[in-house]
Amino acid sequence: MQATHAPEHGHGPPGGLMRWVTTTNHKDIGTLYLWFAGVMFFVAGSMAMLIRAELFQPGLQLVQPEVFNQLTTLHGLIMIFGVIMPAFTGFANWQVPLMIGAPDMAFPRMNNWSFWLLPVAAAFLVGSTLLPGGAVAGGWTMYPPLFIQGGISYDLTIFAVHIMGASSIMGAINIITTILNMRAPGMGMMKLPLFVWTWLITAFLLIAVMPVLAGAVTMLLTDRNFGTHFFDAAGGGDPVLFQHVFWFFGHPEVYILILPAFGIISTILPTFARKPLFGYASMVYATASIAILSFLVWAHHMFTVGLPAGAQLFFMYATMLIAVPTGVKVFNWVATLWRGSMTFETPMLFAVAFVCLFTIGGFSGLVLAMAPVDIQLHDTYYVVAHFHYVLVSGALFSIYAGVYYWLPKWTGHMYDERLGRWHFWLSAISFNVLFFPQHFLGLAGMPRRIPDYALQFADFNRISSIGGFVFGASQILLLIVIVKCIRGGARAEARAWEGAQGLEWTVPSPAPYHTFLEPDVAERHLSPPLPQAGGPPSGDEGRGEGYAPELR
Amino acid sequence: MKAFRTLWASAGLLWLPGPALSAWQLNLPVPRSEIARQIHDLHTLILWVCVGIFVVVFGVMFYALWRHRKAAGHAARHFHENTAVEVAWTAIPFLILVGMAWPATRTILAQKDTSDPDLTVKVTGYQWKWEYDYLQEGVKYLSVLATPREQIENRAAKGEHYLLEVDEPLVVPVGRKVRVLLTANDVIHAWWVPALGVKQDAIPGFIRDTWFRAAAVGTYRGQCAELCGRDHAFMPIVVEVKSEADYRAWLADRKAKLAAAAAEAGKAFGLDELKARGEKVYAANCAACHQPDGKGIPGVFPAVDGSKVALGPRQGHIEVVLHGRPGTAMAAFGPQLSDVDLAAVVTYQRNAWGNRTGEAVQPAEVRALRK
Ligand code: HEC
Ligand SMILES: [Cu+2]
Ligand SMILES: [Cu+2]
Repeated sequence: MQATHAPEHGHGPPGGLMRWVTTTNHKDIGTLYLWFAGVMFFVAGSMAMLIRAELFQPGLQLVQPEVFNQLTTLHGLIMIFGVIMPAFTGFANWQVPLMIGAPDMAFPRMNNWSFWLLPVAAAFLVGSTLLPGGAVAGGWTMYPPLFIQGGISYDLTIFAVHIMGASSIMGAINIITTILNMRAPGMGMMKLPLFVWTWLITAFLLIAVMPVLAGAVTMLLTDRNFGTHFFDAAGGGDPVLFQHVFWFFGHPEVYILILPAFGIISTILPTFARKPLFGYASMVYATASIAILSFLVWAHHMFTVGLPAGAQLFFMYATMLIAVPTGVKVFNWVATLWRGSMTFETPMLFAVAFVCLFTIGGFSGLVLAMAPVDIQLHDTYYVVAHFHYVLVSGALFSIYAGVYYWLPKWTGHMYDERLGRWHFWLSAISFNVLFFPQHFLGLAGMPRRIPDYALQFADFNRISSIGGFVFGASQILLLIVIVKCIRGGARAEARAWEGAQGLEWTVPSPAPYHTFLEPDVAERHLSPPLPQAGGPPSGDEGRGEGYAPELR
Repeated sequence: MKAFRTLWASAGLLWLPGPALSAWQLNLPVPRSEIARQIHDLHTLILWVCVGIFVVVFGVMFYALWRHRKAAGHAARHFHENTAVEVAWTAIPFLILVGMAWPATRTILAQKDTSDPDLTVKVTGYQWKWEYDYLQEGVKYLSVLATPREQIENRAAKGEHYLLEVDEPLVVPVGRKVRVLLTANDVIHAWWVPALGVKQDAIPGFIRDTWFRAAAVGTYRGQCAELCGRDHAFMPIVVEVKSEADYRAWLADRKAKLAAAAAEAGKAFGLDELKARGEKVYAANCAACHQPDGKGIPGVFPAVDGSKVALGPRQGHIEVVLHGRPGTAMAAFGPQLSDVDLAAVVTYQRNAWGNRTGEAVQPAEVRALRK
């Protein structure tokens, strides 16, 4: 059947809008996910701009407090569920089949379905701003009893979370099945590209915790509408129970948001250092340990609820322990760069910035892990600074790095390198102007989620807002680069980057609509190893099995 | 459009010197209790450990970025994996972490030790104010933001303690161990005074405790730290630490005022007297939701102006305020306000704006409907 078509045959898609609605092609669906994430990024980003404008100076200027709370809540929910997660799923759709030599995802129809659920959920969330009482305003963490007080949009939000959860679970099942069953012959698990490994582990995390979130919000729903009292002390419930369940989801969730980033960075650094990743196996084991530990640390978000001393100690020690595998990753990246032959195209710039700035976020995380210090800093701007260092200069910068890195493969054109560098430098500098001062604000005592603040916080807020406006404006550059790149530009070769390794670089650029239809297509590329840029591989003698650079 | 004009105006103000009080404070506040001091020192320790690691690791990285560039003619060396190095960079961080966990453990155990207090205060969080109840003294009062609305809405110059000032602070004696019992009436709040090193969530239906021992006389300011709805930013905490003698004097004065209020409760009041008092109670307790003009916020908080309840039978009106509406933001004010204040605010609502019932509700009627 299909295998009789050669990939070059260009078995094209149907034209028009219906192509996108009905598509089951992993590349089309990857593109849909990425565009969806891009659109939502600008939606939630505009909300952040309004937040920073309100916080530009003390006093209430632009928005009333109830609107402010809606902005912070929606900004958080959309950035997490509508931007970072779909963007990574977009990468998975495009890259996992290409990287493991599979013709498509295991369940193409379910793939279509899991994407098209997302715009529905997003419409509920964004549309609820128009309902009486406005959108959900109880914080993205949805803590009861505050969440119980809200109006109809709170029920819609619960519904949206359910839909997004279903979408994530279907996506995760698809990714796991694809990776476990559809690898090209000869590609053992310990030869999987790291990006694929990190996504495999992420997908297991998703399947483990999205149902937990669904359970928690369902209990909110029945408390709100059907007279249950899970979280209501007056009926024998406990508001803190919600926090336990929520963070049992929430902490693994932060690794769902960062493990694929680790995978992208571990792909890009070796390319531009022109040498293999320093410790492939230890990276895999570090990722797995982080994932396992992530189930044992949830209450570090709850050090102020009044846990008994023993629980505080346990969760503090477990949280500190996560620093060990995370450190292993950072050391590995630095060792990968050491004695390389580096060039600094835009993907590399973002990847290097990631290593540096994500580590700052890791350090502030370590500070917060110390329960006594967290008691001072919990729910302050220090926490806001911390999670934006790991989610913006972490997750988001890795997405940028990945977009620049694979755009040539996706579009067949090289992007505008000069504009890309402008985008990088403006983003990296303004990001720090935006978020670094927030550490000081938190230390000095500014709570998070407030529309107005005491005068002592005025200067750093002003600086932070200026950084925010520049950061926001700079992201328009990214849009320009992408659109330019789609419409034209220098032709990209199959191996768009000199040092790039991996099966995706063995197919032409742009990648044909169907790739790897014959299983042995991949095999042909696996042996003998292609000569590497910068000389033949060395130092692989100790690995026992044949070293195939295409598989790193 | 107005929003944009404000935005541009703010942009113009950008380069003017900031308010005199902007402190450029970079660190935790100066600690005023033993626990706060330990937290401060712990933070300093971790900060320097992190800075040290950062300098070493990224020193290496930036050296490599500079020296091992392709542009500088550096050829890649294809080494990977080295067991000794990998064991070292797993073990050394682990040991550093153990070194940090040790002092942290000590502080946690100290923070959790609420035994043998000299004084116990029960603190209750309400949307959006605090109630302080001196359990051994029978003294109990509410503490509400004192910053005038005009300052918040930029119609008046902002004062020195903008948003960090209250009508009635918590007053405690210096050097005494104060145990704080925390709970909340509606949603979760968090009681936080940075200089004293205490932050504890106040959870409705449960009682949690924490403690502090202020080391110096002075006024210490903090804020609610858990998102609790609309006016989360407007429920500050002020703790006034006084010498033992001053504290005693303050307590005596408080008790005298309470006795006077109790005498008042049996009295019958005139309509104007009740309305005047009710207006104040309304501004402090109800206006945040029902709005100063009584029109509420459509879809969220109902209007009282013209409401069927405020124009209907008095008993229904008193009961809503006394017992609240369970499951909504309308809390029971019975436990918070005195009979006189309740009578006054109901009278006010029945006779303010377009409401013209002409009825005065007496404290005795409220008392009869309690429970
Ligand atoms: C936290 C916000 C909030 C505060 C503060 C508040 N209310 Fe309410 N109030 C509400 C809400 C919400 C309702 C509607 C409840 C419902 O859905 O039945 C309400 C309803 C009422 C009603 C019934 C109105 C009607 O037509 O059904 C009265 C009377 C009332 N409140 C009086 C007061 C008084 C008096 C105070 C101050 C002592 C006060 N409220 C403070 C939120 C608030
Ligand atoms: Cu966590
Ligand atoms: Cu509060």
